[in-house]
Amino acid sequence: MKAFVRYSPLLLIALAWEISSRLGLVSTLTLPALSDVVAAWFDLAKSGDLVANAATSLWRGSIGLLLSIFVGGALGIGMAWWRPLNVLLGPLVELFYPMPKSALIPVTVLWLGFGDGSKILLIFLGCMLPVTIGAFNGARGCDRMLVWSVRSMGASRVRALWDVVLPSAAPELLNGIRSALALTFVLLVSSELIQARSGLGYLIGFLGGGGVYDAMFAVVLTVALLGFLADRLYLVAMRRVLIWRE
Amino acid sequence: MTAKIVVDSVNHLYRPPRGRPVLALENISLDIREREFIALLGPSGCGKSTLLYLMGGFLPIETGAITVDGKPVVAPGPDRGIVFQHFALFPWKTVRANVTYGLERQGLPRAEREARAQRFIDMVGLTGFEDSYPSQLSGGMKQRAAIARTLAIDPDVLLMDEPFGALDAQTRHLMQTELLAIWQRSPKTVIFVTHDVQEAVYLAERVAVMSARPGRIKAIVDTRFDKNDPAVHKSQPFVDKVDELWGLVREEAIKAEQREAP
Ligand SMILES: Nc1ncnc2c1ncn2[C@@H]1O[C@H](COP(=O)(O)OP(=O)(O)OP(=O)(O)O)[C@@H](O)[C@H]1O
Ligand SMILES: [Mg+2]
Repeated sequence: MKAFVRYSPLLLIALAWEISSRLGLVSTLTLPALSDVVAAWFDLAKSGDLVANAATSLWRGSIGLLLSIFVGGALGIGMAWWRPLNVLLGPLVELFYPMPKSALIPVTVLWLGFGDGSKILLIFLGCMLPVTIGAFNGARGCDRMLVWSVRSMGASRVRALWDVVLPSAAPELLNGIRSALALTFVLLVSSELIQARSGLGYLIGFLGGGGVYDAMFAVVLTVALLGFLADRLYLVAMRRVLIWRE
Repeated sequence: MTAKIVVDSVNHLYRPPRGRPVLALENISLDIREREFIALLGPSGCGKSTLLYLMGGFLPIETGAITVDGKPVVAPGPDRGIVFQHFALFPWKTVRANVTYGLERQGLPRAEREARAQRFIDMVGLTGFEDSYPSQLSGGMKQRAAIARTLAIDPDVLLMDEPFGALDAQTRHLMQTELLAIWQRSPKTVIFVTHDVQEAVYLAERVAVMSARPGRIKAIVDTRFDKNDPAVHKSQPFVDKVDELWGLVREEAIKAEQREAP
């Protein structure tokens, strides 16, 4: 019920959308009526195109994101724990962090071609640094006395890393992963839009190029919804992990 | 009596990444006997915590040496338990999980861990808060959780950094009595940092007074009394000891204050 009230403005917008195209206020070439878009969505879903391309995209996205979480997380915590690693990699991270990651699209295609590999590599490279920086800042802010404390209770250095540094880094690390999650969708769709033969981004480009605008809008809305759902689910999981912060 | 801990001509220099190095301890030598209860007293910033950290093996010993049972201190270990001034609890673990953590590291079976943890949680008066997180506790309750965690491991040497500092007078008195009882029935060496002169005289057998920064041992005063006498606080020798130590500490506090002034 609360969620319904909260998202009710969306209903108003949907209504305005439908009315304005039905009354001819905007051309259906610019903005097809919402009801046509919904109908096109069902057609696409029935034909199997939507599901197949969504599965491809989600597969690429999750593998790339998971890789970036593991490698980026380990790198960030490693840099905080062991100074030489920070000295070595710190400048590299600083240099590449602000770079617009979409510039890597042609590079990854050049290396790995049009298939899954280039998309996964792009997402991995693009999402790694936000995770690295989150893990690094989180791990650096860890309570030194707590590390000492577990060491005096018999924990080895590795154990202390696992039991203290990693959980201390969790809040910032999880925020970094959240940015990475959003970035995954950006990179996924834009790379598929530019150079791919499958995936939701490809489908958008294909339908748009063919002039099937209601179907194109249907896929665009699907991507938006998937991104929204992924973020909500992630937030719920994150709150559960960080329950100790109240 | 043999010395349990020998601190021999130890200096400690802090080198902060920014700013000037700080000489926190200068030429500290101190023999602590087996089973002794010794208090460290001194003005704020004189290096009491630093000395505990060195004995705990948390900071590198750069000049001089510290040995425990004749072996040089090189790393922290479960033979030396510590209660930190600022508690250092796991924020993401409940009180119970905080207390069982060390027991798990010691390899105790689960049932035994739980039972032992409960015993010490009850002892420090946190019954009913086993499932609370530290952020849900008051400062004094956090401090008691930290004490329970360290006592549960039953270390040979107890390093305690103002362990009762956040407690009200009533609870403080209860905890003092508990600590004395533990110390009297199990062979422990206790190094107890405090600001409270009365507390030092009441608990300790000897009180080491430290000078303002850089910390040195200014005097060591014998403070053996019959702890089980309920009227010990009011006896003349006790009151005289408190006065004597107050005099020593006050001098140093004034020096420290003058140093801080521009
Ligand atoms: N990490 C650090 N870096 C630089 N200087 C430090 C550091 N820790 C402590 N010091 C300095 O060393 C001196 C001794 O500090 P320490 O914490 O041992 O004092 P203390 O006697 O425990 O004080 P208090 O009673 O206030 O707890 C202080 O002057 C402090 O400024
Ligand atoms: Mg201190």
